[in-house]
Amino acid sequence: MSNFNSDIISPENLVYKKPSTLTDTPLHYCPGCGHGTVHKLLMEVIEEMGIQNDTIGVAPVGCSVFAYHYMDVDMQEAAHGRACAVATGIKRCFPERYVFTYQGDGDLAAIGTAETIHAANRGENILTIFINNGIYGMTSGQMAPTTLEGMVTTTSPHGRNVKEQGYPLKISDLIAPLPGVAYVTRQSVHKPANVRKLKKAIKQGLEYQKKGLGYCMIEVVSNCPSNLKISALEANKFVENEMLPFYPLGDIKVPEVK
Amino acid sequence: MGEIKLMKGNEALAEAMIREGCDAYFGYPITPQSEVLEYLSIDAHKRTGMVVLQSESEVSAINMVYGAAAAGKRVMTTSSSPGMSLMQEGISYIASAELPCVLANVMRGGPGLGTIQPSQGDYFQSVKGGGHGDYHMIVLAPSSVQEMVNYVGLGFELAEKYRTPVMLLADGAIGQMMEKVELPDQKPRKTVFPDWATTGKIAGKPRRYITSLNIKPEEMEKINHILQNKYAEITKNEVRYVTKNIEDAEYIFTGFGLGARICTKAMEIAREKGYKVGMIRPQTVWPFPTEIYNKTSKNLKGILCVEMNAGQMVEDVKLSVNGQCPVEFYGRTGGMLPSPDEIIEKFEECFIKGGK
Amino acid sequence: MTEEAIFAGFGGQGVLSMGMMLAYAGMIENKEVCWMPSYGPEMRGGTANCTIIVSDKPVSSPIVSTYDSVVALNQPSLEKFESKVKPGGVIIIEKSTVPVLPTRTDITTYVVNGNEEALKLKNLKVLNMIILGAFLAARKTVSPENLVKALYKALPERHHKLIPLNEEAIRIGMNFIK
Ligand SMILES: Cc1ncc(C[n+]2csc(CCOP(=O)(O)OP(=O)(O)O)c2C)c(N)n1
Ligand code: SF4
Repeated sequence: MSNFNSDIISPENLVYKKPSTLTDTPLHYCPGCGHGTVHKLLMEVIEEMGIQNDTIGVAPVGCSVFAYHYMDVDMQEAAHGRACAVATGIKRCFPERYVFTYQGDGDLAAIGTAETIHAANRGENILTIFINNGIYGMTSGQMAPTTLEGMVTTTSPHGRNVKEQGYPLKISDLIAPLPGVAYVTRQSVHKPANVRKLKKAIKQGLEYQKKGLGYCMIEVVSNCPSNLKISALEANKFVENEMLPFYPLGDIKVPEVK
Repeated sequence: MGEIKLMKGNEALAEAMIREGCDAYFGYPITPQSEVLEYLSIDAHKRTGMVVLQSESEVSAINMVYGAAAAGKRVMTTSSSPGMSLMQEGISYIASAELPCVLANVMRGGPGLGTIQPSQGDYFQSVKGGGHGDYHMIVLAPSSVQEMVNYVGLGFELAEKYRTPVMLLADGAIGQMMEKVELPDQKPRKTVFPDWATTGKIAGKPRRYITSLNIKPEEMEKINHILQNKYAEITKNEVRYVTKNIEDAEYIFTGFGLGARICTKAMEIAREKGYKVGMIRPQTVWPFPTEIYNKTSKNLKGILCVEMNAGQMVEDVKLSVNGQCPVEFYGRTGGMLPSPDEIIEKFEECFIKGGK
Repeated sequence: MTEEAIFAGFGGQGVLSMGMMLAYAGMIENKEVCWMPSYGPEMRGGTANCTIIVSDKPVSSPIVSTYDSVVALNQPSLEKFESKVKPGGVIIIEKSTVPVLPTRTDITTYVVNGNEEALKLKNLKVLNMIILGAFLAARKTVSPENLVKALYKALPERHHKLIPLNEEAIRIGMNFIK
């Protein structure tokens, strides 16, 4: 197969290649979903840094619970919300390993808020990839803590009423001031330029981890076309026009010493 | 006659909650019961003024229930297996503080994250006390969409009569399937609250407090005695079950919830084949209908207990039968369902071909 | 009378709603009904099925081992359920999506050219009603009139303008069964 490819595609013309750190299992994500892109970026960075054998990942419940089928590194599945506690267990026992969690917004900012904040506050040397798609994907479209004001979900059928259902939670801004936290940034995957920036951020996060600077979180403003019941293209527009004004992109905290 | 509708089990449960005058519902999404919260989110508040709130987790949902119940309100939460596990701490506190409330577990296959397909794997957790300490809940096992509706009303009645949590132990299939249901008429929400409820101190009366703490062991033992006496009372008064064809039966098929429905079909097939098979279906799995098993088993050649788990209720059946006839078990796990044919096959293997 | 049926196909072909409409129609005829769907995220683009039981007696179990009738709207569904049809029972398949026919000879197979007819009606979504029309002609579980009544009862008002098209689809489906 690879011979066949190199016959027709010369290396300088190669536009896209699956990183060797992704398995051959086809992704189950819906067309246009951000999860796939983020999986690929994370695995590309791990490939480029040559740390495939030094990395342990944790994916709790959410659409990305099957990340262990795709990411060709040692992985643990965690209970809903508990990824940061599980990752703490790993990192404390294997401080030399790179440890990451890959969590949805419901997982990280609703049921797992305590675990997230306390791992951050302890300055655990782990990297959290936080997929903020503003909704519960796996359970079919209920309100998430990050759901925007007025946004329709199956549990806010008349639009999120912030007086009754609380305000969308900017958890990244919440944890950034904690002294144990080294790096917090908010990125997205809705445009090629943003994809490139996100990749840089992931690399940055893992490098900080290597230096032992503390807890790192990369929030990725993503989408869920299936549950918003819109096309992939419209979902990216939704990110641009609705999500980003409330969740602006950029670094929220960077370490002082490099 | 109440209104007749074709409804999903989960939606019927939610509709019954509204009509039974429930004051508050707290819950967290989990398949296969998310429809309860979704249904209530549409217009329950508008219809009766009841509170409907999506909590950030099941741990918080059950503690919201604690708060509302201790303030004397009719309150409910629902979840499915992994979420119910998270609620166990809260349930122990609620049982100890003697707070009435109704919970529903729309079970899915476990252990762990397991599967979202139907299961009955949480029988032990519900019936033997999943949280810490010596407590029980009244556990009702609906086997149809109609019983999902009926047991909400019954659940509140029993919860308030005995100041105890009541659990509806259903499964994903009953939650997801649609059947014809007769709905109760809309009841008004409560306006008077029990004396013990912490609704705010009434001038001239002593303050009320709700606690499950009693640091002195001799005091805590007294609390335990009160609970155990209450459980004895419930066991005496509230056992519920259904039987079919037991008069001439040589064999009994038994199970609860959906398992019992599948057994009923298997019983019909067995009867067609000429076997004298009857049915016992507990509607309360706690308190367990020990008597009827004990009485019937004297004249039986055998009992086959069928469950969507690895064998949980069968332990209570065996305790009840106390060796008077053989008790065999057939179950499927992990979200797989036993089929009527499989039950017949197991029955013939155990009791007919084996010649026991 | 008891009809134990399973409708199976790809998610998006409307097998679940087709079963639900049959259940509604059964209810209109004062029969006992039970509709049980497969559920979960695998339904996104994956296979979907529902069991429908319509009976004069209370429905004992929503789980059955064998069916009076199977509707298969894709090949995997036929492969899965062909062996579960009771002898003398019926299989209904859609021509374009089930290229390989059932092999059993002790049952009746009806092939319905559903997608082609739906294309003629310029709405692929009516495939399920064409199939359901064929089902009713073959099984007579409920009357077509009551099925139409069920559509009015079950569909939200804003979709009622589509009901005449669905009626047409049901009629076309019925004509496939002789
Ligand atoms: C204790 C517990 N409660 C509820 C669930 C059901 N559940 C699974 S994933 C999920 C939320 C998923 O949303 P999110 O974390 O935002 O991830 P996404 O699917 O959107 O990527 C929920 C509520 C569960 N698995 N365990
Ligand atoms: S449901 Fe939403 S979050 Fe999940 S895979 Fe599909 S698009 Fe992505």
